[in-house]
Amino acid sequence: MPTPDEIYEQVLAEEQGKGSSPAVAQARAKAARVRAQKGAADPTKAQASVPAGGGAPSTSETPQAQSAAGTPPSSAAQPAAAAKPTPKAPAKKAVGNGGPAVPERVQRLLAVVKPEAIQKIERQPMDRVNVWPHLMAAEFLALLVIMALLTMFSVAVDAPLRDLANFSQTPNPSKAPWYFLGLQELLRYFHPQVAGVTIPTVLILAWFVWPFIDRTPSTRPEDRKVAIVLFTFYVITFAILSTIGMFFRGPGFNFIFPWETGPIFFEL
Amino acid sequence: MATAGWNPRDKMNERLDQLQNSQVWRSIFRPGSIFRRGYADSPRNRAYVVMNSLLYHLHPVKVKRHGIKLSYTLCLGGLSFFLFILLTITGIYLMFFYRPEVSVVYADMQRLSAQVSFGLLVRNLHRWGAHLMVISVFLHMARVFYTGAYKPPREFNWIVGVILFLLTLLLSFTGYLLPWDQLAVWAVTVGTEMMKNSPVIGDQVQFALLGGPVIGPETLIRWYTLHVWLLPFVIVIFISIHFWRVRKDGGISGPM
Repeated sequence: MPTPDEIYEQVLAEEQGKGSSPAVAQARAKAARVRAQKGAADPTKAQASVPAGGGAPSTSETPQAQSAAGTPPSSAAQPAAAAKPTPKAPAKKAVGNGGPAVPERVQRLLAVVKPEAIQKIERQPMDRVNVWPHLMAAEFLALLVIMALLTMFSVAVDAPLRDLANFSQTPNPSKAPWYFLGLQELLRYFHPQVAGVTIPTVLILAWFVWPFIDRTPSTRPEDRKVAIVLFTFYVITFAILSTIGMFFRGPGFNFIFPWETGPIFFEL
Repeated sequence: MATAGWNPRDKMNERLDQLQNSQVWRSIFRPGSIFRRGYADSPRNRAYVVMNSLLYHLHPVKVKRHGIKLSYTLCLGGLSFFLFILLTITGIYLMFFYRPEVSVVYADMQRLSAQVSFGLLVRNLHRWGAHLMVISVFLHMARVFYTGAYKPPREFNWIVGVILFLLTLLLSFTGYLLPWDQLAVWAVTVGTEMMKNSPVIGDQVQFALLGGPVIGPETLIRWYTLHVWLLPFVIVIFISIHFWRVRKDGGISGPM
């Protein structure tokens, strides 16, 4: 008695010898192996001994079988091992013949379609939670917290309102809004066209094209050392420049130590 | 017998049932709404709460479990959006009392702080909220960078995000001028002096922005219009694209 795997190889070789396509040959060989595992008498042939839905009979390539799947071929007259009656046409016919009910359904191999051709799996299933209530509760809590903090701060600290604008009286020092103070600080070191135009333009362009420069697919920090170092360097540089611009620049935008000269020349 | 009919709690529940059964109520709250009669906590209803409401434009029914971890997003994107809503509401309130006309604008600012109900508080909220929004948008950008969330398929949404950051800076900067005090005009003078250094078109850019060679009455109305109409209009469009792409790109970026 050959093992199921030997049956597989045997049927595969036969099918390839017959000139079947590789996919069909594999499918028929697999079916034969399954039949062998189930203990069929002759696993290399798809026969009536296979329970309904069990296999792809090679004998079904007759016009009779092609006409309708429900019509039993000649081999169906033989008693089947599975005696489970089906309420379909074959059973009725069997009763009419006076023989035992033959629960047979002939199935024919029409085509072999690889699973990925039917359903392309792009994404692995992930652990997901309902937005309501899990995400929305978190969002609502964040909203309450930030609103409470901001309200308390606004009650405690008033927004500045200095004297009416006076174009003949330049405050000393004159400072840009805090988010531009890094650039204003750069103006101390570079030509205005470099600090005020070239550097901001290059930085903004770099932000825009960055996803197309950094082509590493990984998002793990250990694979992105260059990107992380570059961005951290950028953030720290601008944080330092802004801090100097905010607190260490006094009258004439000259360098001072705020704890030595008194007031902090910085307003939000 | 007399007490049974006059149990106030039963009476209230009965009235509530009547209200929730009414056609008006059922026309407002779609099936699955938590305000609908007979709402029960079930997986199906949890899906309906999102799916059958306006919320569905903003959130999917389900999100990745790791995405709701505070340690991953730090809530920064949502916080920026919430601050934008807050700034819109407080800004509209301020617009009731503010005229962008040089002869009256400073008096309006003083009246807003001294006489208008909650005027000072709303102005404080607007100003501190604006600074906070600049910070939170930048931190959001940093979070996205450090988690590598700009990688395919999210490259375009990163670009939209950079545009949103620049728009946030512009909104803050245009609003900076509106109080028309010494702090406002001189900070804006310093800021716009930088633009003048642009090659070839520098003077033209500065002239177009200021409505003249220096800051004046034309600058005020120009920046006011930019601040309350044009830039919010543009930023809402980009916020919509940003949120839409978050959904279309498969929700929040994966765990690292």
